[in-house]
Amino acid sequence: MSNDEITKEMKELLKQAIAPMKDSELRRDLWPQMLAKLEEQPAPVHAIPWFDWALAALAGATLLFFPGIIPALFYHL
Amino acid sequence: MELQERFAAGDLEAFEVLFRQHQREVYAWIVRIVRDSGIAEDLTVETFWRIYKYRARFKPDGNFRAWARRIGTNAALDHLRHARRETQLPEDVPCAAGADPAVRREVRDQIRNAFHELPPKYRLVATLALVEEESYAEIAKAVGISEALVKIRVFRAVRMLRKKLNSLGVEVSAK
Repeated sequence: MSNDEITKEMKELLKQAIAPMKDSELRRDLWPQMLAKLEEQPAPVHAIPWFDWALAALAGATLLFFPGIIPALFYHL
Repeated sequence: MELQERFAAGDLEAFEVLFRQHQREVYAWIVRIVRDSGIAEDLTVETFWRIYKYRARFKPDGNFRAWARRIGTNAALDHLRHARRETQLPEDVPCAAGADPAVRREVRDQIRNAFHELPPKYRLVATLALVEEESYAEIAKAVGISEALVKIRVFRAVRMLRKKLNSLGVEVSAK
């Protein structure tokens, strides 16, 4: 039995138990909920990802504990 | 300035217009994945909240519909991951037209439960491909993977279902 035949057979079996969603019509306007959510959790314009903060903290800690690398850093800049 | 350009720049009125244009379609897609109208409404709002949050990443000349569907699919997948085992498929799911009356209710329940126990990423593609009969191309676009990978996931889902159903004593061909 090929993969396609097996898949087709399972599709037929699933049809016996799970019907496709015939009624997928949205019954009301969701804009009021959208506005409420925006007021509750205003979306930041430019969210800075956590890993950027982690990278900045790591760089800061490196400079703090190894100040000797600062001249080398300036040299390479 | 074009509507999508204004939206990307953070214009709330432009966002409202886009919301009203696309909310029905996003909802219709999500409800077919999560199969619950209340949850689908919440996820539609969540989808548009993410859309608004990440508006700076949207290219104004891009396809808003496809972008919204992709974000909606991710929101639905997140829901399937978090709600796993907390919710069951609604009991009143009607039997499909033409369903074999010989398939007893308990067998139908076993099939539905086995389906519900699939890992979320497999359940998502299996629902869309096997139950809703969406094309692999549409699913691939919405999930953000290749058609070949959709096909692989569908077949893996089928294999998992067969194994589970066979272990429950439901007759599934093992040829």
